[in-house]
Amino acid sequence: MVEARRLTKRYGRITAVDQIDLHVASGECFGLLGPNGAGKTTTIKMIQCVSPPSGGTLTVNGKIVGLENQAIKAALGVVPQEDNLDDDLTVIDNLVIYAGYFDIPSDIAREKGLSLLKFVHLDDRPNSRIRSLSGGMKRRLTIARALINNPDLLILDEPTTGLDPQARHVIWRKLQNLKAGGTTMILTTHYMEEAARLCDRVAIMDNGTIILEGEPGRLVREGMEEDVIEIRPRAENMDDLTSTMENMGARVERTGDTLLIFTERPESVVASLAGYNSGYMIKRKTTLEDLFLRTTGHKLRDGS
Amino acid sequence: MISRRAFRVWLRNFTVYKTYYRASLVGNIGEPLLYLFAMGLGIGGYITEIEGLRYIEYIAPGLIVTSAMYSATFECTFGSFTRLTQQRTFDSILATPVSLEDLALGEILWGMTKSIISGTVMIVVMTVVGLYTPSFGVVSIMLTVAATGFVFAAAALCCSALSPSYEFFNYYFTLCVAPMFFLSGVFFPLAGFPEIFQWFSLALPTTHSVTLVRYFFHGAITGQLVIAAAFLTTMGFVLYLAAVRLIGRRLVV
Repeated sequence: MVEARRLTKRYGRITAVDQIDLHVASGECFGLLGPNGAGKTTTIKMIQCVSPPSGGTLTVNGKIVGLENQAIKAALGVVPQEDNLDDDLTVIDNLVIYAGYFDIPSDIAREKGLSLLKFVHLDDRPNSRIRSLSGGMKRRLTIARALINNPDLLILDEPTTGLDPQARHVIWRKLQNLKAGGTTMILTTHYMEEAARLCDRVAIMDNGTIILEGEPGRLVREGMEEDVIEIRPRAENMDDLTSTMENMGARVERTGDTLLIFTERPESVVASLAGYNSGYMIKRKTTLEDLFLRTTGHKLRDGS
Repeated sequence: MISRRAFRVWLRNFTVYKTYYRASLVGNIGEPLLYLFAMGLGIGGYITEIEGLRYIEYIAPGLIVTSAMYSATFECTFGSFTRLTQQRTFDSILATPVSLEDLALGEILWGMTKSIISGTVMIVVMTVVGLYTPSFGVVSIMLTVAATGFVFAAAALCCSALSPSYEFFNYYFTLCVAPMFFLSGVFFPLAGFPEIFQWFSLALPTTHSVTLVRYFFHGAITGQLVIAAAFLTTMGFVLYLAAVRLIGRRLVV
């Protein structure tokens, strides 16, 4: 569905995307992960044909980006990072007018729009103004809008950022329904749980390149120890504890006053921690988030 | 490339307009009508005739042009700029098969439509109060109004594409639009001006529009009609191409 070879995007001297290769198969849900500024949004904007690539080749559904943009866009559904619903129009008119941009006649669009409103649980608000909708409703409407042209490929840029847990779960269910129906999806997200739940494959980007790619469960199994123990020891014990654990063959990461001890032998680690326990200790399975933080580091990326 | 999808962009704006057309009409037409009666009757009381016409008859055609100018200008500055920035409407449209050329054309045609609406209301009012006697010449007047609307919508769209904020429009309104209101022969013949101003005013699209509309309105006053029409058409075309480029530079990066 999407094929990128050495795809590059430069803004002046800054290289936002640096010679990445991508392959997204039909029916697949592909996740682009990475800290802010990693190049995720730039990558999908190139796929969307709204940001011309500076180098490399990119095809969507066999059509070449840059040469067949209109044909590519006609078969694309887009849920952008920031809501850009039409504030001047009602809920249903947002769908009907948007359908018009795809040359869909208004009577067909209205019918399709009403069924999509049902799909995203907004069928009781067709005549509401956009301003009166909650964040979650707006996001659901944006998803409905992205589906109005029966797209071959759905692109979602941080589909659940800023939503409460209830709203997020509703969106996840809807996306899972679409996935079950065979819709190809590319999504970017900061939520590793979201990626692990929805994506068949993920790519972790940093500084414009892809640093890890694969099936999320397998990436964690192959790249991480199975368990991790989080402990907050007294400050004077930090160094002592770190060296003890490292001598036992565990990998130790320190974030602030917390130690993360990655190990394949959690029982023996827990046993030897008895003397250091200062109250906070958790043993859990490693997740995609642990892998993400290990590969991209703990440092903040927005300059703060 | 341009396609019929430009009409979809126009339709989007028209759909929105249907919900607030009253407020819009008051804004676009109230002011020129005020000028017509305040200046026409107030100052007109002290002026016997200009070029063989009562003062209010003299200024009437020009005010049709300035109402068209202001309607298109407001629509494609404040209106388009809001769609470009705050509402991100242009972003959402460019994610669809609607091209940049379609988008710019649709916006400009909509600005032009608002000029035609204003111009129509002006003519109707002037007919009702007896300033205008309807004839087939009205078609030519409306064509000129449309051309003027196109030119100003395109110019305003360029301005929106360049503007960092709403405040920036002060430059455009004060340095471009207001001078055209006063210096394009609406309220007094340009012949009385120093020669350099006369040359300057020939570079203003409104000067040509006023010449055309005054000719079609009264039928009697001569003007260089062909040059005027060619000037407006060329300017509209060039400004349209500029608008496409400038919006592209802002949104397709």
